[in-house]
Amino acid sequence: MTAIAISAPAARRHRDGLLVRAVRVRRTRIGLALTLLVLATAFLGPLVAPHGVDDFVGGPYLAESPGTVFGTDNLGRDVLTRFLHGGQLLLVLSLLATLIGVGIGAAVGVTAGYRRGWVDETLMRTGDVLLAFPQVVVALLFLSILGPQLWLIVLIVGLSHAPRVARVIRGATLGVAERDFVKAAEAAAVPRWRIAFSEILPNVTGALMVELGLRLTYSIGLIAALSFLGLGLQPPTADWGLMINENRVALTVSPWAVVLPVTAIAVLTIGTNLITDGLSRASAGIDRGVTR
Amino acid sequence: MTSTTPTTPTTATLDVDHLRISGVPSDAVIVDEVRLEIAPGEIVGVVGESGSGKTTLGLGLLAYCKRGTRLDDGRILIGGRDIAVLPAGEVRRMRGVSVAYIPQSPASALNPALRIGTQLRECVGDVDEARVREVLREVALPDDDTFLKRYPHQLSGGQQQRIAIAMAFIGKPRLIVLDEPTTGLDVTTQKHVLETVRRMCSIYGSAAVYISHDMAVVADLVDRIAVMYSGRVVEAGPAAEVLARPRHPYTARLLMAVPDLAGERQMLGIPGHAPSPLHRPDGCAFAPRCLLAEDRCTHERPPERQIAEGHTARCFKAGEVRVEPSPRVEPAVAPTPEPVLEISGLSARYGRKRVLEGVDLTVARGHCTALLGESGSGKTTLSRCIAGLHADFEGTITLDGEPLPASSFRRTTDQRRRVQYVFQNPYESLNPRKTVRELVLAPVKHLCGAVADPEALLQDVLAQAALRPDLADRFPDQLSGGERQRVAIARALAAKPDVLVCDEVTSALDVSVQSSIVELLQRLQAELDLTLVFVTHDIALVRNIAQQVAVLEHGRIVEHGPVREVMQNPQHAYTRSLMKDTPTFVLEGTP
Amino acid sequence: MMLRLVGRRLLHGLVILFAVSIVVFLATQALPGDAAQAILGREATPERLAALRGQLHLGEPLVGQYLAWLQGIVTFDLGQSLASGLPVSELLIPRISNSLVLMLIAAVIATPLSIALGTWSALRRDSATDHVTSGFTLVLAALPEFVIGIFLVLLLSTGVFHVLPAVFVANEPGPIWIDPLQLVLPTLTLVLAVAPYIVRMMRATMLEVLESEYVQQARLKGLPERTVLLRHALPNAIGPVAQVVALQMAWLAGGVVVVEYLFRFPGVGFALVDAVNNRDLPVVQGLSLLIAAVYIVVNLAADVVALATNPKVRTAS
Repeated sequence: MTAIAISAPAARRHRDGLLVRAVRVRRTRIGLALTLLVLATAFLGPLVAPHGVDDFVGGPYLAESPGTVFGTDNLGRDVLTRFLHGGQLLLVLSLLATLIGVGIGAAVGVTAGYRRGWVDETLMRTGDVLLAFPQVVVALLFLSILGPQLWLIVLIVGLSHAPRVARVIRGATLGVAERDFVKAAEAAAVPRWRIAFSEILPNVTGALMVELGLRLTYSIGLIAALSFLGLGLQPPTADWGLMINENRVALTVSPWAVVLPVTAIAVLTIGTNLITDGLSRASAGIDRGVTR
Repeated sequence: MTSTTPTTPTTATLDVDHLRISGVPSDAVIVDEVRLEIAPGEIVGVVGESGSGKTTLGLGLLAYCKRGTRLDDGRILIGGRDIAVLPAGEVRRMRGVSVAYIPQSPASALNPALRIGTQLRECVGDVDEARVREVLREVALPDDDTFLKRYPHQLSGGQQQRIAIAMAFIGKPRLIVLDEPTTGLDVTTQKHVLETVRRMCSIYGSAAVYISHDMAVVADLVDRIAVMYSGRVVEAGPAAEVLARPRHPYTARLLMAVPDLAGERQMLGIPGHAPSPLHRPDGCAFAPRCLLAEDRCTHERPPERQIAEGHTARCFKAGEVRVEPSPRVEPAVAPTPEPVLEISGLSARYGRKRVLEGVDLTVARGHCTALLGESGSGKTTLSRCIAGLHADFEGTITLDGEPLPASSFRRTTDQRRRVQYVFQNPYESLNPRKTVRELVLAPVKHLCGAVADPEALLQDVLAQAALRPDLADRFPDQLSGGERQRVAIARALAAKPDVLVCDEVTSALDVSVQSSIVELLQRLQAELDLTLVFVTHDIALVRNIAQQVAVLEHGRIVEHGPVREVMQNPQHAYTRSLMKDTPTFVLEGTP
Repeated sequence: MMLRLVGRRLLHGLVILFAVSIVVFLATQALPGDAAQAILGREATPERLAALRGQLHLGEPLVGQYLAWLQGIVTFDLGQSLASGLPVSELLIPRISNSLVLMLIAAVIATPLSIALGTWSALRRDSATDHVTSGFTLVLAALPEFVIGIFLVLLLSTGVFHVLPAVFVANEPGPIWIDPLQLVLPTLTLVLAVAPYIVRMMRATMLEVLESEYVQQARLKGLPERTVLLRHALPNAIGPVAQVVALQMAWLAGGVVVVEYLFRFPGVGFALVDAVNNRDLPVVQGLSLLIAAVYIVVNLAADVVALATNPKVRTAS
């Protein structure tokens, strides 16, 4: 009971939106800065790139070459130009995959957690089957026959997130669905779908935002990894993951073609993860690090 | 509590002075200026409502600070040694031997992963098997090996609390701190636990600090009482004296707020609510709620004043405080009422467990019918069946002769509108993401369709529930517990119901707030001709609010009738034990 | 009770494995279009197409195809590699043991280290150590495993220091641990990829346990801090942490794919990437199924640990 009296000022802060509270955490601000830096590189980069994206400016793997800052890549294209062009697609694909995964996962999670019973069983057992595969293996499995196609990558990565998101959101929903304000709506026989939308969903937004951030981080990692394995974006696309794959044999001769994209991916994922951590601190009580 | 200076050698078991405990990092003062002196063998009751700092004080007596608090100032002499300034190792050696602690809920204070025997043996430095068994016998528990090998979850709530008591006394400490050790226990178990505490204290000559929010429990048990409000001891003195002639207005009002088991005295709430430690007023913390408050009370903090031998109070008006209990007025209700709800042959299951068995009950129009029972008696399930929240039952419920479908989703809009439900815990029953306006108007819009003038309706029901109109734009977490429960009641009233089902609506609230809610419900019953179904575990409360009572035990109604008859002449053994075991006290001047 | 619960989990695992086999089958062989054409490409001769269709039972109805395939699996006959013509099982067995060695070393290093670090961090809550650990694990947890690997290569073999080989070179036949130096980078990458999760979870669980009323009561009883920690706190933290450790171990099954590819380590992960690039269907099917099975078994083990450390389950009759 003591806690109730002390919670008054904390309660007032609670009225500020989740995002506002998250931005008060220093980590979130660092994360935002890092993410914006990479976003700017990826979307403004092509405008300032010194060469054409497919132009050959010299021999392959040159550490220094006139007219280039970071040398040339495996085919003799300008590393800096390739780098500045190489983030856009990765970001767009990751974002789409995340939205698909979190969207489906949240819908399934709320439904399962609120309806319980056989609906819950069916949905979650189906999810268990997908959960038995590491995400990268699911992706490889489906890509093996259909081949690397953009829509397929987005869909597979998104779908492989869905059961993981569903688990978390179901857990959060269970806690909310037990609470009496849901019962109060049921006593008035408010339709179930409306209870799910207007009573439950607003109370799991914290978990939802955290999942969004978390899954975005993993989407970036996964899609970049697929390109790195040669099974994602295909040449001659300029893409960070692919650049690493194409140029890593010459790591000792011309390291920039690997160092630049790898650093960009690192800064980006660290940035999004810091934001996610800020969100989870702001919404409090959400366990991090168990839902990979 | 005569004047002692720090240098005077003291014979007291506990001598606390100038104790201050603050929050970290907020610096809010949680407990301040506490002076407490306890003679060997004496039991002192520390009484306070939520947020008064009583638990923080209790832990402080063992030099233990919860995360986010720190011992700021003052001394805590136990047997002449100041535990507040001793190094950590010394403090540790004093715990369990000089001072021991009995927690509020043994269910969470006993380690779930360790056997009872392990948890008892580790208390005494060297394993002394004989001592373990001796103390088990003293608290009337089995002392055989099988029992010692059990895990906490294999014991009943009463047994767990006895283990906690045994654990505290195993090292024969001079001082025991008990933090509401009977919370959550039913009255009969509570009585046994209290008897055990009293016996153990006398066996070992231990002094005890008994922390509680319940005046009636304390009145029964302790030699002296210290009343806490907002982090300070506002009144302290011999128990009989404090109960008979309270000198602080808060004590007086608190006593009058306690429901009278005999039903002679009107229970009176205290308006407002206690301030949070972060927003305590400059002057007397009770001034905003005090009828006697004058100008200086709001900006000057009253010092501790001695009123009689060993009786102190922190109030400028200590001499003027009077307790004038008013006789209880039975509300005027129809003497031969017609039934509005009729329940017959109702049996309900919860999962595979049967929780109600063949319940027959008639609820009279305009009356308040109490469903009385301990936890697990099925009283809440019964109330949820009535509201259509628990559909897994057989039997019939009729509303004005018309059978009600089991699930609220199958009832007609009008049926749902006419039976409204108020939940036990207002911290759970209001969606934290909605404003009071949305909360109150949403069900009406759903049940009655478009409301002609929603704003007028809102203001109307807020006024009925005694809520300020400007609260309409607040969110639940900007309200106090009492205000939240009033919002929940206003939400039910907005539908203009015939029957209001109240499930333990006061049990999450402080005594002083509980009384205000009861006053409100009684007024609504009379003004709106409401039928109330009042679910409670508190027999004294039944006496003060209901006209009819149904006593439930293990899912059956064991006794049913008008409150006056049932309580004056209880027929069933269970009702009689409830009457006998409920702690009570008679306030002086009660008519 | 305990046995019954374990039995139920086991059954659940088997059902999942069965469902997994259907997914693998559907994802590879039963997709719309001609799998044989997709595998062999446009220039394939009709004879080769026909031969492949025969090998994969493509002419038969779906259920028949699936049953034929399933029969092969339960008799450990996974078919023949399309790339090398060798039986899949013969091809995979040495690679399985290589990967298991890699995963095992990573697990044995990462688990105790992370548990210790997490506990330490929890005990020193809000200290500088705690903040540094928390920031460091947060950063590591964000990085994709191949990024960690490349940074390690840059740091230890090509860029700053030149002490470790950047890729695995299997120059002589024999067990992979003949040249332990070659194992360092892949192992270290895996350790750094799983450890942060365990550290963070251990810290969070430990904090929760340390704030619990039974730990408070143990302190109020005057027990020495060592006893409080070892007897009262740790046993209650093991259950939840076992789950996370298992999740991470299971994750390793997938993590090895990218890490092995990066270091050209001759294990199942590298083989899977190769097989996918070559559209070597029987190998892809066998490996996906194998990795899923590892995943299921490890999770099962964690469930059993969690059940065994819960006295409520142990004492129920």
